Amino acid sequence: MAADSTLIVLDSSQRKRSDRLGERGFLYVTLAATLVAVGVLVAIAVKVFDLAAPAISKFGVGFLWSQDWNAVTNRFGALDFIYGTAVSSLVALAIAAPISIAIALFLTELAPKWLRTPVGALVEVLSGIPSVVIGLWGILVLGPIVESQVEPFLNSFLGWIPLFSGRYSPVGLLPAILVLTIMITPIVSSISRELLSRVPKEQIEGALAIGATRWEMIRGVMLPYVGPGIIAALILGVGRAVGEAIAVTQVIGTTAGIRSSLFGPADTLASRIASQYQGAVSNLQVSSLAYLAAILLVLSLLFNLGAQLIVRRVERSRG
Amino acid sequence: MDDTPSTPRSDLKPIQISERTRPGSSTRDIVFDVQKLSLHYGSTLAISEITVPIYKNHVTAFIGPSGCGKSTFIRCLNRMNDLVPIARVTGQVLYHGQDLYGPTVDPVQVRRHIGMVFQKPNPFPKSIYDNIAWGLKILGKKDNLDDRVEQALRKAALWDEVKDRLKSSGLALSGGQQQRLCIARAIAIEPDVILMDEPASALDPISTTRIEDLIHELKQDYTIAIVTHNMQQAARVADMTAFFSLDVSEGRRAGVLVEYDETTTIFTRPADKRTEDYVTGRFG
Repeated sequence: MAADSTLIVLDSSQRKRSDRLGERGFLYVTLAATLVAVGVLVAIAVKVFDLAAPAISKFGVGFLWSQDWNAVTNRFGALDFIYGTAVSSLVALAIAAPISIAIALFLTELAPKWLRTPVGALVEVLSGIPSVVIGLWGILVLGPIVESQVEPFLNSFLGWIPLFSGRYSPVGLLPAILVLTIMITPIVSSISRELLSRVPKEQIEGALAIGATRWEMIRGVMLPYVGPGIIAALILGVGRAVGEAIAVTQVIGTTAGIRSSLFGPADTLASRIASQYQGAVSNLQVSSLAYLAAILLVLSLLFNLGAQLIVRRVERSRG
Repeated sequence: MDDTPSTPRSDLKPIQISERTRPGSSTRDIVFDVQKLSLHYGSTLAISEITVPIYKNHVTAFIGPSGCGKSTFIRCLNRMNDLVPIARVTGQVLYHGQDLYGPTVDPVQVRRHIGMVFQKPNPFPKSIYDNIAWGLKILGKKDNLDDRVEQALRKAALWDEVKDRLKSSGLALSGGQQQRLCIARAIAIEPDVILMDEPASALDPISTTRIEDLIHELKQDYTIAIVTHNMQQAARVADMTAFFSLDVSEGRRAGVLVEYDETTTIFTRPADKRTEDYVTGRFG
């Protein structure tokens, strides 16, 4: 019954030499690639903080809530741009979230089968349009429409709110918000669509089998199931909006200051860096721009970590 | 009856059939009168011209080899096949005399009267309480919610095991408990019929026994149709048994109803050779 044990060779020397080397080589290649990725992240962070060091030591944390940005007096602060970034990103997110979820629901549940794939592909294509092209479209098409149609319309209904009052303009926060909405929506909707399509069939049938309508099933079963994943997608979307420079620069008016109206110009962290780095007149200004970049870097890391934490927690709770 | 249920194929003797109470056959009320029901997936015929009555407060079992359309058939009874866009139904399913596939029939209303329990336990990722309360809420049965939840759990023989942890997740229960939770969920909305699609096939033998005991109790109040690939199970729980088979004649592969009779007859004196081969273990 038992095989003659001397005939069974378990020794690694039996493997071909090239085979053994190949396995080791494969490990090193993949390890090197991983290290490069981590190394680049660290190198960028080091460089940004190194460049920002003079501004950090001169202005300290007070930089975060200073409204100065004056190249003549060499006084700089980030508050205007933090405000511009926060308002443009969050309002864009607030508009994009329901639209994205609606698109995703339509494409997974409601649209006829033959329509789903082509329309889904088109939405994906939208996410691939370079931001500079969207920005250009923002200048040429969106801005004039905002000035002549959208802002007068909002003003006539909501003009009593300071956000929707003031002089109409083709550049400013509102066009920036709309451009960002257009950029976030395809990302969030395609992730949401993926999530919705993975809701187990058993769950859907379970809900319908007790007499739920399609909408009750979506609200009671599908959305709770994908909710955390959609929140993670929204965080990734807002991360994209926060970091977007070019398209925002093109339509926001690149003017420092905090204005109560969405119709007025503003500026964001990313947009300020992109628009001023070339023309910076002093080392301190360059350093202050690097300080803005450092804030942006920390923000984007936080957004990504937040999204990952949510996804991981959900995966764990589902076992 | 010297044959034990655990050794169905040891010889050709019929499987043990448990004693059951049955109303007199002359006074049986018909809940479903299925007439020449066929279903196509696209151009492929899946089940062909099924004609079968299903009686009130009876347990009716649908048995047969894999792929013979038992599940497809039972899913026609609560219009669950509507979810498959390419599925097309012909023939009639008369439910208390109304055609379920009539032009004005709302499948949502159909499913409120005809509940379903699935092969794989599928509780919602909600608390035990909310798994049952959710259906009640969407159906507008919001009064005495706590009582209704308790009653449903009691009827599903789960109350004693979960009464102290109604707020914990339904997914934290064992497989057998999850399936009883799903039965409770179906019962809670006070249906008339409960369809069960291989409800114990994913469960261990002890959990299976509990589900079968439960089926016995539930038939006092409900009409039950159960698909099973387990012949002993059909013999143990069902009053009536329908044997489905795959008809491969004329180049087609469609599920057909071979024989339908009282369970005792199907397992002891089947009229059709194919039924006999199947229940005695020579085939399938």
